[in-house]
Amino acid sequence: MAVLLNRRTRVIVQGLTGKIGSFHADDMKRYGTNVVGGVTPGKGGQVHQGIPVFNTVRGAVRETGAEASIVFVPPPFAADSIMEAAEAGLKLCVCITDGIPSQDMMRVKRYMRRFRYEDRMRLVGPNCAGVITPGQALMGIMPGNIYLPGRVGIVGRSGTLGYEAASQMKALGIGVSTSVGIGGDPINGSSFKDILKLFEEDPDTDAVVMIGEIGGPQEAEAAEWAKHHMRKPLIAYIAGLSAPKGKRMGHAGAIISAFGESAQEKVEILRDAGVTIVPTPAAFGPTVAGVLEQQRKAA
Amino acid sequence: MDIHEYQAKELLSRYSVQIPRGGLAYSPEQATYRASEIGGNKWVVKAQIHSGARGKAGGIRICSSDNEVSEAAESMLGRKLVTHQTGPKGKLVSRLYVEETVDIRQELYLGIVLDRKSERVMIVASASGGMEIEEIAEKQPDSIIRAIVDPGAGMQQFQAREIAFGLGLENNLIGKAVDTLLGCYRVFRDFDASMLEINPLVVTKDGNLIALDAKMSFDENALFRRAEISELRDKSQEDPRETFASDRGLSYVGLDGNIGCIINGAGLAMATMDMIKIAGGEPANFLDIGGGASPERVAKAFRAVLADKNIDTILVNIFAGINRCDWVAEGVIKAIREVGVKVPLVVRLAGTNVEEGRRILAESGEKVIVAETLAEAAEKSVEAMRAYSKSKKN
Repeated sequence: MAVLLNRRTRVIVQGLTGKIGSFHADDMKRYGTNVVGGVTPGKGGQVHQGIPVFNTVRGAVRETGAEASIVFVPPPFAADSIMEAAEAGLKLCVCITDGIPSQDMMRVKRYMRRFRYEDRMRLVGPNCAGVITPGQALMGIMPGNIYLPGRVGIVGRSGTLGYEAASQMKALGIGVSTSVGIGGDPINGSSFKDILKLFEEDPDTDAVVMIGEIGGPQEAEAAEWAKHHMRKPLIAYIAGLSAPKGKRMGHAGAIISAFGESAQEKVEILRDAGVTIVPTPAAFGPTVAGVLEQQRKAA
Repeated sequence: MDIHEYQAKELLSRYSVQIPRGGLAYSPEQATYRASEIGGNKWVVKAQIHSGARGKAGGIRICSSDNEVSEAAESMLGRKLVTHQTGPKGKLVSRLYVEETVDIRQELYLGIVLDRKSERVMIVASASGGMEIEEIAEKQPDSIIRAIVDPGAGMQQFQAREIAFGLGLENNLIGKAVDTLLGCYRVFRDFDASMLEINPLVVTKDGNLIALDAKMSFDENALFRRAEISELRDKSQEDPRETFASDRGLSYVGLDGNIGCIINGAGLAMATMDMIKIAGGEPANFLDIGGGASPERVAKAFRAVLADKNIDTILVNIFAGINRCDWVAEGVIKAIREVGVKVPLVVRLAGTNVEEGRRILAESGEKVIVAETLAEAAEKSVEAMRAYSKSKKN
């Protein structure tokens, strides 16, 4: 059933009645996502684009049995919305919002630690493209048509670079089990390692593509974990070979500020851990095809 | 967002961090007036630019007369100071900070950063201050003390005490060090800082603890609720290309190459720049126009890229999802007609309705080099750049 999301997952949209929320809720429904409700404080009781609106997440969960939410709430209020989702007992929250202050995210992470690990909501993002299980459901802003259903997992920080990888794979007939965008912020809900664990345990995923970039310790952590625990092939690309030190490249998190955070250093760490490196961003398709071919021969 | 030393010191002094007496000056006359206000017979004149390592570059001068203060001010004001952190172009000095001198017994290091590994705030301190933290980490790694603060609970007294004793301070300084550490943490928290560095934090001969230098950066995502900090922005310290772009809501970083880049998405932008480098070229900039790629944004992006006079070719790489390629192609054509692009232009579109997008580009009558893949886009850009820069020389 792939990871995190399938066609049965009951999804609510936080910030449904806003311009962006409305647009993407519609797109998600058309793709086949089971959108059961929306939340906009003060608009409870209305029906927006055929979707019932609730004042609170707790109310939406009570009435619809929702299991997951997607957040399109503006940056000043987004952290609050994530905590509301965690408290209402949802299993998954995907936050698309870009521009949440770091201190707000620290507060969110601390708030979530009050729940036992088994009961804790999984947060994906913020500042991400979302999650898609091709052919089943979409919780995000990615164009669904560039993904072929299949058996390779994708996890990445960047939206459009993830699209590039998926479309290169599609061109070679390679499909995707689930694609997860973990987002470009310095503090995010799920790390590369968290998502790799899910793919490793997923019977419908054969191999995983990880798309990292400069800045932060998460790629190195993932490499260390994969070296000791991952049996499925891991294929990785790191963006930012040409990025200078100390300059923020768009994403709030894409800045080289410590040792081990440059693209070259991350590639070395991954290679040492036995990860197959995608040599250039034009080589996602061929590299994945090569790894799958090897896997077939070995089987 | 960075601020100046004098601004950081002003914030710190509100939180019971001791700073030397000082005053701001915009002219040599004002500098000598500040010196006489402070009194004494020895002062430091410090160039206010957004960079460390000013001392070695001649941006910090100790003076022992009115004349020397005036001369130091004259030699710095209106000039560009080049440090190893500013890049070869340097940064313009338009403000000076004149300070009293202090008798230093020991130099310490104190830093506060956002630690991405623990996802909390990290305090970094060392008894080997005065040199940069990278140098301390290399030469005196054992001297570095680290403490993690949970922002939910805040920094506790005992944490500050542990650091103070760890620095080897005498008993009569522990109380002052605790006040300083807690004050710094509160400034960091209250103003949504992303970095605070006091280097050196000095122990004076008369037994005080004083912040001799101060550097602060702030989380740009939090500026909406920190109006006071937003006002401290000094655009003269920024790359003018970056200011132009950021004033128009574009995410731009100026680089030293000659192939201008217009791309949607930060990751794809970095990957495209990498591809240019692999193909043998050098990107002139990072530019993420965001998800929308509307004609207005594309036009703004062309203006931002062309503000850089080194540009010999422009590469546009847009992965269109919900905003279809045909719409993006129309936007690109409209933008180049409006802005007027003299250099070669390579456009690569991918995603929804890509054939229609390419057809619109090909039939526009504009000189657009169309590329289908990322690799082809980079190769064609480098090729066009070489031909153009050759023809420019002839």
